[in-house]
Amino acid sequence: MSSALGYGFVLGGLACAAFGAVVGITSGMMQKDGGYPWVRRAVWGFFACMLLANLTMVYALVTHDFSVSYVAHVGSRATPLAFTIVSLWSALEGSILFWGAIMGSYVLAFALAHRRESPRQMQLALGTMMAVGIFFAFLIAGPANPFEAVFPVPPDGPGPNPLLQNDVLMIVHPPLLYLGYVGMVVPFGVAVAALLKGEFSPSWMAPLRRWTLIAWTFLTAGIIVGGWWAYKVLGWGGFWSWDPVENASFLPWLTTSAFIHSTMVHERKGMLKVWTLALALASFVLTILGTFMTRSGIFNSVHAFSQSDIGPTFLIFIALLIVFCFALLTTRAHLLTDERKIDAPVSRETAILVNNLLLVALTFTVLIGTLFPLISEAVRNVRVSVGEPYFNRMAVPGFIAVVFLMGVGPALPWGRPDGASLRKQLLAPTVAGVLTAIVCVGWGLRGLWPIVTFAVAGFAAVVTLRELFLPAVVRMKEHHENALLAFVRSAQKARRRFGGYVVHLGIIMVAVAVAASSGYSQRTARNLKLDEPTQFGRYELILRGFTNGEEPHRTFVAAKVEVKNPSGSVTEMLPRVNYYERSTDPIGTPALLSSAREDLYLSLLTFSAEAGTASLNLFIFPLVGWIWFGIPVIVLGALIAAWPPRRRSAESSLPAKAPASSDPPKQAERGAA
Amino acid sequence: MTPKARNRLVAVAALLVAGGGLAFLALGNLGANLVYYWTPGEMLSHGDQAYGPTIRLGGVVVPGTIHWDAVKTDLEFVIADSHAPGAKNVVVHAREIPPQMFRDGIGVVVEGTFSKTQRFESNRLMVNHSNEYRAPKPGEKPNLDTLQDPTAASARSP
Repeated sequence: MSSALGYGFVLGGLACAAFGAVVGITSGMMQKDGGYPWVRRAVWGFFACMLLANLTMVYALVTHDFSVSYVAHVGSRATPLAFTIVSLWSALEGSILFWGAIMGSYVLAFALAHRRESPRQMQLALGTMMAVGIFFAFLIAGPANPFEAVFPVPPDGPGPNPLLQNDVLMIVHPPLLYLGYVGMVVPFGVAVAALLKGEFSPSWMAPLRRWTLIAWTFLTAGIIVGGWWAYKVLGWGGFWSWDPVENASFLPWLTTSAFIHSTMVHERKGMLKVWTLALALASFVLTILGTFMTRSGIFNSVHAFSQSDIGPTFLIFIALLIVFCFALLTTRAHLLTDERKIDAPVSRETAILVNNLLLVALTFTVLIGTLFPLISEAVRNVRVSVGEPYFNRMAVPGFIAVVFLMGVGPALPWGRPDGASLRKQLLAPTVAGVLTAIVCVGWGLRGLWPIVTFAVAGFAAVVTLRELFLPAVVRMKEHHENALLAFVRSAQKARRRFGGYVVHLGIIMVAVAVAASSGYSQRTARNLKLDEPTQFGRYELILRGFTNGEEPHRTFVAAKVEVKNPSGSVTEMLPRVNYYERSTDPIGTPALLSSAREDLYLSLLTFSAEAGTASLNLFIFPLVGWIWFGIPVIVLGALIAAWPPRRRSAESSLPAKAPASSDPPKQAERGAA
Repeated sequence: MTPKARNRLVAVAALLVAGGGLAFLALGNLGANLVYYWTPGEMLSHGDQAYGPTIRLGGVVVPGTIHWDAVKTDLEFVIADSHAPGAKNVVVHAREIPPQMFRDGIGVVVEGTFSKTQRFESNRLMVNHSNEYRAPKPGEKPNLDTLQDPTAASARSP
């Protein structure tokens, strides 16, 4: 029953997408407005079908309807309700179905938010998005169909992967990442519409940037939450290992970050137009590539991959996309000419251009490292992987340079700077950076890269904080406002800029935390004996015994480790090993003692209750918690920047105009600085 | 040549040089950091080439060869291509604690380097869990022994 119903909705979605794409693109290209209402109806239809298909699947999962193939694959009666619902995105077919629902919501939200825009451009944009919808609906209807009928109906299923049932973060991480991935559909549609029409009206810049920023924010949060999950659950003592699946999410992050910056040059100076659109297209292609890499299982083995239909379907789609994007860019590029050129080698626009080139270079190196094993296996039939040192060696200097530019860019004015004010601008941050390095060395820290990171972060932080607070200080003097009011008003006056700097602050925080936690981590393996204290770092550890327990879907054994802090307080930590009813292998859960300064991380490997011994991996990660604390800062900044401007009247619903108007005061404030 | 054309030429040339440099650096670094996926037999068949590069060696633990010194955290075992008697094998040495499910006959992957002394120095030991979750096959017992008696699966001291 659920099978037929769900499949019906998927086919409905496919029909709506096909209809919307054909009507939208043809009538948009023919410069007619008549098709617009129909395209909008198709968008509604696609959204409704995808949502209903997902609800049908959730219903089937919750009611344990094992006649539906996906439920038979991931469901189990023993799984708690929350994890049963979450198993919607715990395996391939379900996650692509979920993709469809998110995509439907995004396209609908876009259609509603911009319903009063020029119908021709909207038709093209929505038509393009619906064309992407065809692909995903087709994928769900065909190669990745989760609604296949199973006969005979099994009495119970295996349940989702135990690793995915281990932590709440796993409930949050995939949807965030999907919201980030799928969100790129909207900028892609807008960019393609602009290229198809061969003109790019400035009024589209703000929506393009805003939708990209929304996707970027989800992607950023998703990536960091993913790292957090790996850190808390996997127990190998790290949050990032340059795994292809991680890289898959990182690649579009790099290009969207570049895009968000290049739009500023585009908007202010009328430069880098083609480049900006190319970045929007590339980001979308990379999200599709990312979905393909994470979901086709190609990284387990190229040979296993060809046994399913999903991989080839994806590959064909990616190939079509790349050809289409190239064709579009080469045939339409001459219509988008830059209005100005870069005047001075030292200016805001040059800094942003260098930042863009750096981010693209990083994308390129990470992409090569990620795809190389596939090429090697496909072409030479040699199974290799690219080791972490490659990525670290290539990416770390690049990232430090990006953080450095985060300080340089905002300190430079647009256009042509004069030497004296430039020196004045850069003096204090440079001193701060050098002082940071000296203090670090004086404090006994060693190692080139972390110290360089701290110095550069100090430099960038001073610039960022100055940009955040200086306008308020100026207001306090000129308008005689109190500090808080001046701060809020100055933020309101240039919200995008203000939000951007808050994001920068978050990124600097994450950069410092990553450098500290990976540069100065301590690791050791110890065999603890009952009641015998061991010293590790500033902590004293004593094994006090074992405890076991039962949870609905698993049983566990935990080592009771008493930890004495340097401050004298005593905490009990319970690193444990979990046994899932239906899984043959036990899975550990590390125990954490977190503080602002560092995390003590215990991972239980083996134990013997009889002998009273437990072998653990012990880690200390300085400042690691600040990586996760970076999420709210970054999200807050992005929200400030992306929040639609207050509408002054009902007519001025064009969101494009308002943010632009907040820019001119910048020069004045800059001058005042 | 007009100044505009010259500027453009310089920009293109600079980009090409930068791109070329990056590609050179990336590919050089890539080649130096490749990790090979080999079984003991494949590794041995590569002869001298096997000494040096990082290798991810996959195989099964030969029963009765595990020597685990808990005090010195020193682990030694033999890893073979397969369970078949006489399968190609290599001695592995690691200075880390084996995970709970490490035991005779289990599939493992070790990452490290092979030396002329014919010992594999591992700095990372992973027990093959099936990445994709798999229910116990019919007739296959889930590891209830590890569930009931946690000590059964722990590596034995020599």
